Amino acid sequence: MRTTFIESLSQAASENPDIWLLCGDLGYSVLEPFAAKFPGRFINVGVAEQNMAGMAAGIALSGKTVFIYSIGNFPTLRCLEQLRNDVCYHGADVKVVAVGAGYAYGSQGYTHHALEDAGIMSMLPGIEVFVPCDPMEVRAATRLIAGSGKPSYLRLSRQGEPNLGAVVTDPRKPRVLREGREVVILASGPIASRALEAAGELGGRGREVGVMSVSCLKPLDEAAIRDAVRDASLIVTLEEHILRGGLFSLVAGAYAGDAQRPPVAGIGIPEQGGKTSSAGSREALLDAAGLSVQAIVARIEQSLAKR
Amino acid sequence: MTRPNLPEPKEFARRIRAQALRMVHAAKASHIGGCLSMADILAVLYTRILRLDPAEPQSPGRDRFVLSKGHATAIMYATLAECGFFSLAELDTYCRDGSIFTGHVSHAVPGVEVSTGSLGHGLPIAIGMALAARSAGAGSRVFCLLSDGECDEGSNWEGILFAPHHNLSNLCVIVDFNKIQSFGTVAEVLNLDPFADKWKAFGWHVEEIDGHDVIALERALGAVPAPSGRPTVVIAHTVKGKGVSFMENKLEWHYRSPSDELLAQALAEVGA
Repeated sequence: MRTTFIESLSQAASENPDIWLLCGDLGYSVLEPFAAKFPGRFINVGVAEQNMAGMAAGIALSGKTVFIYSIGNFPTLRCLEQLRNDVCYHGADVKVVAVGAGYAYGSQGYTHHALEDAGIMSMLPGIEVFVPCDPMEVRAATRLIAGSGKPSYLRLSRQGEPNLGAVVTDPRKPRVLREGREVVILASGPIASRALEAAGELGGRGREVGVMSVSCLKPLDEAAIRDAVRDASLIVTLEEHILRGGLFSLVAGAYAGDAQRPPVAGIGIPEQGGKTSSAGSREALLDAAGLSVQAIVARIEQSLAKR
Repeated sequence: MTRPNLPEPKEFARRIRAQALRMVHAAKASHIGGCLSMADILAVLYTRILRLDPAEPQSPGRDRFVLSKGHATAIMYATLAECGFFSLAELDTYCRDGSIFTGHVSHAVPGVEVSTGSLGHGLPIAIGMALAARSAGAGSRVFCLLSDGECDEGSNWEGILFAPHHNLSNLCVIVDFNKIQSFGTVAEVLNLDPFADKWKAFGWHVEEIDGHDVIALERALGAVPAPSGRPTVVIAHTVKGKGVSFMENKLEWHYRSPSDELLAQALAEVGA
Protein backbone atom coordinates (compact mmCIF):
# COMPACT_ATOMS: atom_id res chain seq x y z
CA MET A 1 0.00 0.00 0.00
CA ARG A 2 2.76 2.42 0.88
CA THR A 3 4.54 1.77 -2.37
CA THR A 4 1.35 2.15 -4.36
CA PHE A 5 0.67 5.39 -2.54
CA ILE A 6 4.03 6.91 -3.33
CA GLU A 7 3.87 5.77 -6.96
CA SER A 8 0.44 7.32 -7.35
CA LEU A 9 1.51 10.50 -5.60
CA SER A 10 4.60 10.79 -7.79
CA GLN A 11 2.44 10.41 -10.87
CA ALA A 12 0.11 13.16 -9.64
CA ALA A 13 3.07 15.37 -8.72
CA SER A 14 4.60 15.02 -12.17
CA GLU A 15 1.34 16.33 -13.62
CA ASN A 16 0.79 19.04 -10.98
CA PRO A 17 3.79 21.18 -9.95
CA ASP A 18 1.90 22.47 -6.90
CA ILE A 19 1.93 19.14 -5.03
CA TRP A 20 4.26 19.03 -2.03
CA LEU A 21 5.06 16.21 0.41
CA LEU A 22 6.15 16.70 4.02
CA CYS A 23 7.12 13.90 6.35
CA GLY A 24 7.76 13.77 10.06
CA ASP A 25 11.07 11.91 9.78
CA LEU A 26 9.36 8.69 8.73
CA GLY A 27 9.07 6.91 5.41
CA TYR A 28 12.48 5.25 5.12
CA SER A 29 12.68 3.09 1.98
CA VAL A 30 9.29 4.40 0.85
CA LEU A 31 9.47 8.15 0.21
CA GLU A 32 12.94 8.35 -1.34
CA PRO A 33 11.72 8.13 -4.97
CA PHE A 34 9.50 11.18 -4.47
CA ALA A 35 12.28 13.09 -2.71
CA ALA A 36 14.70 12.29 -5.50
CA LYS A 37 12.30 13.28 -8.27
CA PHE A 38 10.89 16.45 -6.65
CA PRO A 39 13.58 17.74 -4.28
CA GLY A 40 12.09 21.23 -4.08
CA ARG A 41 8.73 19.88 -3.04
CA PHE A 42 9.77 17.38 -0.39
CA ILE A 43 10.66 18.33 3.17
CA ASN A 44 11.51 16.09 6.07
CA VAL A 45 10.23 18.39 8.78
CA GLY A 46 11.78 16.35 11.58
CA VAL A 47 10.02 14.67 14.47
CA ALA A 48 7.69 17.63 14.90
CA GLU A 49 4.14 16.88 13.84
CA GLN A 50 2.53 20.06 15.18
CA ASN A 51 4.95 22.16 13.16
CA MET A 52 4.45 19.88 10.15
CA ALA A 53 0.65 20.25 10.21
CA GLY A 54 0.76 24.02 10.75
CA MET A 55 3.36 24.44 8.02
CA ALA A 56 1.26 22.35 5.66
CA ALA A 57 -1.63 24.73 6.24
CA GLY A 58 0.61 27.73 5.55
CA ILE A 59 1.93 26.21 2.32
CA ALA A 60 -1.58 25.20 1.24
CA LEU A 61 -2.94 28.69 1.97
CA SER A 62 -0.26 29.91 -0.44
CA GLY A 63 -1.81 27.92 -3.27
CA LYS A 64 -0.28 24.46 -2.98
CA THR A 65 -1.59 20.94 -2.38
CA VAL A 66 0.29 19.48 0.57
CA PHE A 67 0.55 15.85 1.69
CA ILE A 68 1.83 15.16 5.19
CA TYR A 69 2.97 11.65 6.00
CA SER A 70 3.81 9.73 9.13
CA ILE A 71 2.85 6.67 11.18
CA GLY A 72 -0.62 6.10 12.60
CA ASN A 73 -1.31 8.47 15.47
CA PHE A 74 1.51 10.93 14.81
CA PRO A 75 0.15 13.01 11.89
CA THR A 76 -3.39 12.70 13.32
CA LEU A 77 -3.85 12.68 17.09
CA ARG A 78 -0.52 14.33 17.90
CA CYS A 79 -1.46 17.44 15.94
CA LEU A 80 -5.24 17.19 16.15
CA GLU A 81 -5.78 20.84 16.99
CA GLN A 82 -3.57 21.97 14.11
CA LEU A 83 -5.69 19.81 11.80
CA ARG A 84 -8.88 21.23 13.28
CA ASN A 85 -7.92 24.92 13.36
CA ASP A 86 -5.17 25.43 10.81
CA VAL A 87 -6.27 22.93 8.16
CA CYS A 88 -10.01 22.25 8.38
CA TYR A 89 -11.19 25.63 9.68
CA HIS A 90 -9.42 27.28 6.76
CA GLY A 91 -10.38 24.58 4.25
CA ALA A 92 -6.66 24.29 3.48
CA ASP A 93 -5.73 21.79 0.77
CA VAL A 94 -3.85 19.43 3.09
CA LYS A 95 -3.86 15.63 2.87
CA VAL A 96 -3.04 13.71 6.01
CA VAL A 97 -1.57 10.31 5.20
CA ALA A 98 -1.13 7.86 8.05
CA VAL A 99 0.54 4.53 7.54
CA GLY A 100 -0.04 1.65 9.92
CA ALA A 101 -3.82 1.21 10.05
CA GLY A 102 -5.08 -0.69 13.07
CA TYR A 103 -2.60 -3.32 14.16
CA ALA A 104 -0.26 -2.93 11.17
CA TYR A 105 2.60 -2.09 13.56
CA GLY A 106 1.51 -5.05 15.67
CA SER A 107 4.44 -5.92 17.87
CA GLN A 108 5.39 -2.26 18.45
CA GLY A 109 2.68 -1.90 21.07
CA TYR A 110 -0.36 0.24 21.73
CA THR A 111 1.37 3.59 21.07
CA HIS A 112 1.76 2.50 17.45
CA HIS A 113 -1.68 0.98 17.00
CA ALA A 114 -4.07 3.25 15.10
CA LEU A 115 -7.41 2.24 16.59
CA GLU A 116 -9.27 5.54 17.02
CA ASP A 117 -7.84 7.64 14.18
CA ALA A 118 -10.48 7.15 11.49
CA GLY A 119 -13.32 8.09 13.83
CA ILE A 120 -11.52 11.11 15.20
CA MET A 121 -10.55 12.32 11.73
CA SER A 122 -14.15 11.81 10.56
CA MET A 123 -15.31 14.23 13.24
CA LEU A 124 -13.26 17.09 11.83
CA PRO A 125 -15.36 19.47 9.74
CA GLY A 126 -14.96 19.44 5.97
CA ILE A 127 -12.47 16.59 5.73
CA GLU A 128 -12.87 13.52 3.52
CA VAL A 129 -11.77 10.21 5.02
CA PHE A 130 -10.50 7.24 3.03
CA VAL A 131 -9.67 3.81 4.46
CA PRO A 132 -8.73 1.71 1.43
CA CYS A 133 -8.61 -2.07 1.58
CA ASP A 134 -6.11 -2.80 -1.20
CA PRO A 135 -3.64 -1.15 -3.58
CA MET A 136 -6.36 -0.53 -6.19
CA GLU A 137 -8.28 1.59 -3.72
CA VAL A 138 -5.11 3.33 -2.56
CA ARG A 139 -4.32 4.35 -6.12
CA ALA A 140 -7.82 5.62 -6.80
CA ALA A 141 -8.07 7.49 -3.50
CA THR A 142 -4.63 9.08 -3.89
CA ARG A 143 -5.49 10.32 -7.36
CA LEU A 144 -8.81 11.65 -6.19
CA ILE A 145 -7.56 13.55 -3.13
CA ALA A 146 -4.60 14.98 -5.05
CA GLY A 147 -7.09 16.91 -7.12
CA SER A 148 -9.99 17.41 -4.74
CA GLY A 149 -8.85 20.75 -3.31
CA LYS A 150 -10.12 19.73 0.14
CA PRO A 151 -8.66 18.47 3.40
CA SER A 152 -8.42 14.67 3.33
CA TYR A 153 -7.35 11.78 5.49
CA LEU A 154 -5.88 8.66 3.91
CA ARG A 155 -5.31 5.65 6.16
CA LEU A 156 -2.85 3.13 4.81
CA SER A 157 -1.70 -0.25 5.96
CA ARG A 158 1.93 -1.14 5.48
CA GLN A 159 2.35 -4.64 4.08
CA GLY A 160 2.11 -5.97 0.56
CA GLU A 161 -1.65 -6.30 0.68
CA PRO A 162 -3.15 -8.11 -2.33
CA ASN A 163 -5.82 -6.60 -4.53
CA LEU A 164 -9.21 -7.84 -3.35
CA GLY A 165 -11.35 -6.80 -6.27
CA ALA A 166 -11.59 -5.30 -9.71
CA VAL A 167 -10.75 -1.79 -10.83
CA VAL A 168 -12.10 1.04 -8.69
CA THR A 169 -14.29 3.40 -10.64
CA ASP A 170 -15.20 5.92 -7.95
CA PRO A 171 -13.31 5.79 -4.64
CA ARG A 172 -16.15 7.60 -2.88
CA LYS A 173 -18.49 4.68 -3.63
CA PRO A 174 -18.59 1.34 -1.81
CA ARG A 175 -17.06 -1.41 -3.94
CA VAL A 176 -18.49 -4.88 -4.31
CA LEU A 177 -15.86 -7.49 -3.50
CA ARG A 178 -18.28 -10.44 -3.45
CA GLU A 179 -21.87 -10.64 -4.56
CA GLY A 180 -24.51 -11.81 -2.10
CA ARG A 181 -27.65 -10.27 -0.64
CA GLU A 182 -28.79 -12.31 2.39
CA VAL A 183 -26.01 -11.06 4.63
CA VAL A 184 -23.89 -8.09 3.56
CA ILE A 185 -20.56 -7.45 5.24
CA LEU A 186 -19.43 -3.85 4.99
CA ALA A 187 -15.71 -3.71 5.63
CA SER A 188 -13.22 -0.87 5.76
CA GLY A 189 -9.50 -1.35 5.24
CA PRO A 190 -7.44 -4.50 4.67
CA ILE A 191 -9.56 -6.42 7.19
CA ALA A 192 -11.86 -6.82 4.15
CA SER A 193 -9.74 -9.86 3.24
CA ARG A 194 -11.01 -11.56 6.42
CA ALA A 195 -14.53 -10.57 5.47
CA LEU A 196 -14.06 -12.41 2.19
CA GLU A 197 -12.76 -15.50 3.97
CA ALA A 198 -15.65 -15.43 6.41
CA ALA A 199 -18.12 -15.00 3.56
CA GLY A 200 -16.60 -18.00 1.81
CA GLU A 201 -16.92 -20.08 4.97
CA LEU A 202 -20.55 -19.04 5.46
CA GLY A 203 -21.21 -19.71 1.78
CA GLY A 204 -20.09 -23.28 2.33
CA ARG A 205 -22.71 -23.50 5.05
CA GLY A 206 -25.48 -22.41 2.71
CA ARG A 207 -25.56 -18.67 3.41
CA GLU A 208 -25.50 -16.08 0.69
CA VAL A 209 -23.04 -13.48 1.91
CA GLY A 210 -21.87 -10.38 0.06
CA VAL A 211 -18.86 -8.23 0.91
CA MET A 212 -18.43 -4.55 0.18
CA SER A 213 -15.43 -2.40 0.84
CA VAL A 214 -16.48 0.96 2.25
CA SER A 215 -13.22 2.78 1.74
CA CYS A 216 -14.74 6.26 1.92
CA LEU A 217 -16.02 6.80 5.45
CA LYS A 218 -16.69 10.46 4.86
CA PRO A 219 -18.73 11.38 2.94
CA LEU A 220 -20.43 8.03 3.52
CA ASP A 221 -22.41 7.03 0.46
CA GLU A 222 -25.56 6.12 2.36
CA ALA A 223 -27.64 5.70 -0.79
CA ALA A 224 -25.29 3.09 -2.22
CA ILE A 225 -25.21 1.22 1.08
CA ARG A 226 -29.00 1.23 1.35
CA ASP A 227 -29.22 -0.12 -2.16
CA ALA A 228 -26.69 -2.89 -1.52
CA VAL A 229 -28.39 -4.12 1.66
CA ARG A 230 -31.97 -3.72 0.47
CA ASP A 231 -32.72 -7.46 0.64
CA ALA A 232 -30.40 -8.31 3.53
CA SER A 233 -31.62 -9.86 6.74
CA LEU A 234 -28.38 -8.77 8.44
CA ILE A 235 -25.80 -6.05 7.89
CA VAL A 236 -22.38 -6.66 9.38
CA THR A 237 -19.75 -3.96 9.71
CA LEU A 238 -16.14 -5.08 10.06
CA GLU A 239 -13.30 -2.72 10.90
CA GLU A 240 -9.78 -2.74 12.30
CA HIS A 241 -10.74 0.12 14.61
CA ILE A 242 -12.84 0.53 17.72
CA LEU A 243 -16.56 0.56 17.00
CA ARG A 244 -17.17 3.99 18.48
CA GLY A 245 -16.84 6.61 15.76
CA GLY A 246 -15.80 4.20 13.04
CA LEU A 247 -17.66 2.39 10.27
CA PHE A 248 -20.21 0.81 12.65
CA SER A 249 -21.15 4.17 14.17
CA LEU A 250 -21.46 5.76 10.74
CA VAL A 251 -23.60 2.98 9.27
CA ALA A 252 -25.78 2.65 12.38
CA GLY A 253 -26.16 6.43 12.44
CA ALA A 254 -27.32 6.40 8.83
CA TYR A 255 -30.25 4.20 9.80
CA ALA A 256 -31.05 5.85 13.12
CA GLY A 257 -33.99 7.85 11.77
CA ASP A 258 -35.62 4.94 9.93
CA ALA A 259 -38.79 3.41 11.37
CA GLN A 260 -37.80 0.02 9.98
CA ARG A 261 -34.16 -0.44 10.86
CA PRO A 262 -32.18 -3.36 9.54
CA PRO A 263 -30.14 -5.13 12.22
CA VAL A 264 -26.51 -4.03 12.11
CA ALA A 265 -23.92 -6.22 13.82
CA GLY A 266 -20.71 -4.33 14.47
CA ILE A 267 -17.45 -6.24 14.61
CA GLY A 268 -14.39 -4.25 15.60
CA ILE A 269 -11.70 -3.93 18.20
CA PRO A 270 -12.72 -3.60 21.86
CA GLU A 271 -11.68 -0.51 23.77
CA GLN A 272 -8.63 -1.28 25.81
CA GLY A 273 -8.57 1.39 28.49
CA GLY A 274 -5.86 0.70 31.03
CA LYS A 275 -4.92 -2.70 29.62
CA THR A 276 -1.44 -3.35 28.41
CA SER A 277 -1.12 -4.62 24.90
CA SER A 278 0.75 -7.82 24.24
CA ALA A 279 3.35 -8.16 21.53
CA GLY A 280 2.38 -9.91 18.35
CA SER A 281 1.90 -9.78 14.65
CA ARG A 282 -1.06 -7.95 13.18
CA GLU A 283 -2.70 -11.31 12.54
CA ALA A 284 -2.21 -12.52 16.11
CA LEU A 285 -3.52 -9.27 17.60
CA LEU A 286 -6.57 -9.33 15.35
CA ASP A 287 -7.27 -12.91 16.42
CA ALA A 288 -6.84 -11.96 20.09
CA ALA A 289 -9.25 -9.04 19.64
CA GLY A 290 -11.96 -11.38 18.37
CA LEU A 291 -11.43 -10.72 14.69
CA SER A 292 -10.24 -14.15 13.54
CA VAL A 293 -12.13 -15.51 10.56
CA GLN A 294 -13.68 -18.17 12.78
CA ALA A 295 -14.77 -15.58 15.32
CA ILE A 296 -16.27 -13.42 12.58
CA VAL A 297 -18.18 -16.42 11.23
CA ALA A 298 -19.42 -17.28 14.71
CA ARG A 299 -20.56 -13.71 15.39
CA ILE A 300 -22.51 -13.60 12.13
CA GLU A 301 -24.15 -16.96 12.80
CA GLN A 302 -25.13 -15.84 16.30
CA SER A 303 -26.65 -12.67 14.93
CA LEU A 304 -28.56 -14.59 12.30
CA ALA A 305 -29.86 -17.01 14.94
CA LYS A 306 -31.34 -14.08 16.88
CA ARG A 307 -33.38 -13.04 13.87
CA MET B 1 7.93 51.55 2.23
CA THR B 2 5.59 54.37 3.18
CA ARG B 3 1.99 54.38 2.08
CA PRO B 4 1.19 57.95 1.12
CA ASN B 5 -2.41 57.73 2.25
CA LEU B 6 -1.59 56.58 5.77
CA PRO B 7 -0.45 58.76 8.67
CA GLU B 8 2.91 58.60 10.41
CA PRO B 9 3.31 55.57 12.69
CA LYS B 10 2.78 57.53 15.91
CA GLU B 11 -0.43 59.06 14.67
CA PHE B 12 -1.56 55.67 13.32
CA ALA B 13 -0.83 54.07 16.69
CA ARG B 14 -2.80 56.79 18.46
CA ARG B 15 -5.81 56.10 16.24
CA ILE B 16 -5.79 52.32 16.63
CA ARG B 17 -5.31 52.57 20.40
CA ALA B 18 -8.37 54.80 20.60
CA GLN B 19 -10.38 52.50 18.32
CA ALA B 20 -9.44 49.43 20.31
CA LEU B 21 -10.40 51.09 23.59
CA ARG B 22 -13.80 52.04 22.19
CA MET B 23 -14.37 48.55 20.75
CA VAL B 24 -13.44 46.70 23.93
CA HIS B 25 -15.56 49.07 26.00
CA ALA B 26 -18.60 48.71 23.75
CA ALA B 27 -18.35 44.94 23.51
CA LYS B 28 -17.35 44.50 27.17
CA ALA B 29 -14.54 42.38 25.74
CA SER B 30 -11.13 41.51 27.15
CA HIS B 31 -7.46 41.65 26.10
CA ILE B 32 -7.06 45.43 25.91
CA GLY B 33 -3.71 45.26 27.72
CA GLY B 34 -2.16 43.02 25.08
CA CYS B 35 -3.71 45.14 22.32
CA LEU B 36 -2.15 48.35 23.59
CA SER B 37 1.28 46.76 24.04
CA MET B 38 1.46 45.88 20.34
CA ALA B 39 -0.06 49.09 18.92
CA ASP B 40 3.27 50.61 17.89
CA ILE B 41 4.41 47.34 16.30
CA LEU B 42 1.27 47.17 14.14
CA ALA B 43 1.54 50.87 13.32
CA VAL B 44 5.05 50.48 11.94
CA LEU B 45 4.24 47.24 10.12
CA TYR B 46 1.16 48.56 8.37
CA THR B 47 2.38 52.08 7.57
CA ARG B 48 6.02 51.37 6.74
CA ILE B 49 6.83 47.71 6.20
CA LEU B 50 4.16 45.43 4.75
CA ARG B 51 3.63 45.32 1.00
CA LEU B 52 -0.13 44.99 0.95
CA ASP B 53 -2.90 46.39 -1.16
CA PRO B 54 -6.33 46.61 0.52
CA ALA B 55 -7.85 46.74 -2.96
CA GLU B 56 -6.29 43.36 -3.73
CA PRO B 57 -5.94 41.57 -0.39
CA GLN B 58 -5.23 38.16 -1.96
CA SER B 59 -2.47 39.30 -4.30
CA PRO B 60 -0.04 36.33 -4.51
CA GLY B 61 3.08 38.48 -4.19
CA ARG B 62 1.94 40.27 -1.00
CA ASP B 63 3.77 40.19 2.28
CA ARG B 64 1.99 38.12 4.92
CA PHE B 65 1.25 39.12 8.48
CA VAL B 66 0.24 36.30 10.81
CA LEU B 67 -1.16 37.37 14.16
CA SER B 68 -0.37 34.41 16.35
CA LYS B 69 -1.55 36.07 19.57
CA GLY B 70 -5.06 35.74 18.19
CA HIS B 71 -6.77 37.21 21.24
CA ALA B 72 -5.50 40.71 20.41
CA THR B 73 -8.25 41.30 17.87
CA ALA B 74 -9.57 44.75 18.68
CA ILE B 75 -6.32 46.45 17.70
CA MET B 76 -5.88 44.13 14.70
CA TYR B 77 -9.30 44.91 13.27
CA ALA B 78 -8.80 48.61 14.00
CA THR B 79 -5.52 48.49 12.07
CA LEU B 80 -7.11 46.86 9.04
CA ALA B 81 -9.97 49.37 9.08
CA GLU B 82 -7.54 52.29 9.26
CA CYS B 83 -5.70 50.81 6.27
CA GLY B 84 -8.92 50.61 4.27
CA PHE B 85 -9.57 46.86 4.17
CA PHE B 86 -13.12 47.70 5.34
CA SER B 87 -14.89 50.68 6.82
CA LEU B 88 -14.34 51.99 10.33
CA ALA B 89 -18.08 51.72 10.91
CA GLU B 90 -17.84 47.93 10.73
CA LEU B 91 -15.78 47.94 13.90
CA ASP B 92 -18.99 48.76 15.78
CA THR B 93 -20.09 45.14 15.28
CA TYR B 94 -17.05 43.80 17.16
CA CYS B 95 -18.10 40.68 19.14
CA ARG B 96 -21.78 41.34 18.41
CA ASP B 97 -24.27 38.63 17.46
CA GLY B 98 -23.74 37.53 13.88
CA SER B 99 -20.63 39.65 13.29
CA ILE B 100 -17.58 38.29 11.50
CA PHE B 101 -15.47 40.31 13.95
CA THR B 102 -14.97 37.55 16.51
CA GLY B 103 -13.04 37.96 19.73
CA HIS B 104 -10.26 35.74 18.44
CA VAL B 105 -9.00 36.74 15.04
CA SER B 106 -10.95 35.41 12.06
CA HIS B 107 -9.95 34.90 8.45
CA ALA B 108 -13.48 35.91 7.47
CA VAL B 109 -12.28 39.49 8.02
CA PRO B 110 -10.65 41.05 4.93
CA GLY B 111 -6.91 41.41 5.43
CA VAL B 112 -6.64 38.66 8.04
CA GLU B 113 -4.48 35.84 6.71
CA VAL B 114 -5.33 33.15 9.27
CA SER B 115 -7.59 32.52 12.22
CA THR B 116 -5.72 31.91 15.43
CA GLY B 117 -6.52 32.07 19.10
CA SER B 118 -5.29 28.76 20.27
CA LEU B 119 -1.73 29.76 21.06
CA GLY B 120 1.31 28.31 19.32
CA HIS B 121 -0.29 27.95 15.90
CA GLY B 122 0.83 31.06 14.04
CA LEU B 123 4.53 30.43 13.68
CA PRO B 124 4.28 27.02 11.97
CA ILE B 125 1.72 28.47 9.54
CA ALA B 126 4.02 31.45 8.90
CA ILE B 127 6.90 29.08 8.24
CA GLY B 128 4.80 27.27 5.64
CA MET B 129 3.96 30.59 4.01
CA ALA B 130 7.63 31.61 4.00
CA LEU B 131 8.63 28.32 2.36
CA ALA B 132 5.95 28.71 -0.31
CA ALA B 133 6.92 32.34 -0.92
CA ARG B 134 10.57 31.45 -1.32
CA SER B 135 9.64 28.67 -3.73
CA ALA B 136 7.53 31.10 -5.76
CA GLY B 137 10.43 33.57 -5.92
CA ALA B 138 8.12 36.55 -5.51
CA GLY B 139 10.16 38.14 -2.74
CA SER B 140 7.30 38.03 -0.23
CA ARG B 141 8.19 38.31 3.42
CA VAL B 142 6.22 36.79 6.28
CA PHE B 143 5.89 38.55 9.64
CA CYS B 144 4.50 36.67 12.63
CA LEU B 145 3.61 38.32 15.93
CA LEU B 146 3.83 36.17 19.06
CA SER B 147 3.00 37.03 22.63
CA ASP B 148 5.52 36.26 25.32
CA GLY B 149 3.21 33.89 27.18
CA GLU B 150 2.64 32.08 23.90
CA CYS B 151 6.32 31.15 23.87
CA ASP B 152 5.46 28.50 26.49
CA GLU B 153 3.92 26.42 23.68
CA GLY B 154 6.11 23.62 22.38
CA SER B 155 4.86 23.95 18.81
CA ASN B 156 6.70 27.28 18.61
CA TRP B 157 9.96 25.66 19.55
CA GLU B 158 9.53 23.08 16.79
CA GLY B 159 9.27 25.99 14.37
CA ILE B 160 12.09 27.93 16.01
CA LEU B 161 14.30 24.90 15.40
CA PHE B 162 13.11 24.47 11.82
CA ALA B 163 13.33 27.98 10.34
CA PRO B 164 17.10 28.57 10.69
CA HIS B 165 17.86 25.03 9.49
CA HIS B 166 16.13 25.97 6.24
CA ASN B 167 17.62 29.49 6.11
CA LEU B 168 14.21 31.11 5.98
CA SER B 169 15.47 34.66 5.76
CA ASN B 170 12.13 35.96 4.48
CA LEU B 171 10.57 35.09 7.87
CA CYS B 172 10.44 37.56 10.74
CA VAL B 173 9.03 36.80 14.16
CA ILE B 174 8.14 39.68 16.44
CA VAL B 175 7.63 38.93 20.11
CA ASP B 176 5.44 41.39 21.98
CA PHE B 177 7.41 40.98 25.20
CA ASN B 178 5.19 42.79 27.67
CA LYS B 179 6.21 40.55 30.59
CA ILE B 180 2.68 39.69 31.73
CA GLN B 181 0.77 36.60 30.72
CA SER B 182 -2.65 35.36 31.61
CA PHE B 183 -2.30 34.47 35.29
CA GLY B 184 0.90 36.18 36.37
CA THR B 185 4.13 37.66 35.17
CA VAL B 186 6.24 35.75 32.70
CA ALA B 187 9.00 35.62 35.30
CA GLU B 188 6.64 33.96 37.78
CA VAL B 189 4.74 31.59 35.49
CA LEU B 190 7.42 30.19 33.20
CA ASN B 191 10.51 32.28 32.88
CA LEU B 192 11.80 32.84 29.34
CA ASP B 193 15.20 34.24 30.34
CA PRO B 194 17.71 34.40 28.82
CA PHE B 195 15.28 34.93 25.97
CA ALA B 196 17.49 36.47 23.29
CA ASP B 197 20.19 33.90 24.00
CA LYS B 198 17.72 31.08 23.36
CA TRP B 199 16.88 32.43 19.89
CA LYS B 200 20.57 33.04 19.16
CA ALA B 201 21.39 29.50 20.17
CA PHE B 202 18.75 28.24 17.75
CA GLY B 203 20.40 30.21 14.92
CA TRP B 204 18.20 33.29 14.53
CA HIS B 205 19.24 36.83 13.70
CA VAL B 206 18.13 38.59 16.88
CA GLU B 207 17.14 42.21 17.32
CA GLU B 208 16.19 43.35 20.82
CA ILE B 209 14.53 46.74 20.90
CA ASP B 210 12.06 49.01 22.65
CA GLY B 211 8.76 47.96 21.11
CA HIS B 212 7.33 51.45 21.49
CA ASP B 213 10.21 53.16 19.63
CA VAL B 214 8.83 53.48 16.12
CA ILE B 215 12.20 54.42 14.67
CA ALA B 216 13.85 51.32 16.15
CA LEU B 217 10.93 49.18 14.96
CA GLU B 218 11.16 50.53 11.43
CA ARG B 219 14.89 49.93 11.33
CA ALA B 220 14.63 46.35 12.64
CA LEU B 221 11.62 45.29 10.58
CA GLY B 222 12.85 47.07 7.47
CA ALA B 223 16.05 44.99 7.56
CA VAL B 224 14.17 41.77 6.72
CA PRO B 225 15.48 39.62 5.11
CA ALA B 226 18.67 39.74 7.12
CA PRO B 227 21.86 39.69 5.00
CA SER B 228 23.06 36.71 7.05
CA GLY B 229 20.39 34.55 5.38
CA ARG B 230 18.91 33.68 8.74
CA PRO B 231 15.35 34.26 9.94
CA THR B 232 14.91 37.33 12.10
CA VAL B 233 13.35 37.63 15.52
CA VAL B 234 12.59 41.07 16.88
CA ILE B 235 12.20 40.88 20.64
CA ALA B 236 10.15 43.98 21.26
CA HIS B 237 10.18 45.05 24.90
CA THR B 238 6.77 46.53 25.53
CA VAL B 239 4.49 47.62 28.34
CA LYS B 240 1.18 45.84 28.77
CA GLY B 241 -1.57 48.47 28.57
CA LYS B 242 0.87 51.01 27.08
CA GLY B 243 -0.49 54.54 26.86
CA VAL B 244 -3.15 54.31 29.57
CA SER B 245 -1.69 54.99 33.00
CA PHE B 246 -4.06 52.85 35.02
CA MET B 247 -3.71 49.88 32.65
CA GLU B 248 0.07 49.85 32.34
CA ASN B 249 1.70 46.74 33.80
CA LYS B 250 -1.55 45.60 35.37
CA LEU B 251 -2.53 41.93 35.02
CA GLU B 252 -6.23 42.73 35.51
CA TRP B 253 -6.34 44.57 32.16
CA HIS B 254 -5.73 41.29 30.39
CA TYR B 255 -9.39 40.66 31.21
CA ARG B 256 -11.25 43.84 32.10
CA SER B 257 -13.02 46.28 29.83
CA PRO B 258 -13.15 49.93 30.89
CA SER B 259 -16.25 51.54 32.41
CA ASP B 260 -17.64 54.72 30.81
CA GLU B 261 -15.55 56.90 33.13
CA LEU B 262 -12.38 54.93 32.65
CA LEU B 263 -12.89 54.90 28.88
CA ALA B 264 -13.04 58.68 28.86
CA GLN B 265 -9.84 58.89 30.87
CA ALA B 266 -8.12 56.30 28.70
CA LEU B 267 -9.10 58.06 25.47
CA ALA B 268 -7.82 61.34 26.85
CA GLU B 269 -4.51 59.72 27.77
CA VAL B 270 -3.95 58.15 24.34
CA GLY B 271 -4.80 61.50 22.77
CA ALA B 272 -8.12 60.70 21.15
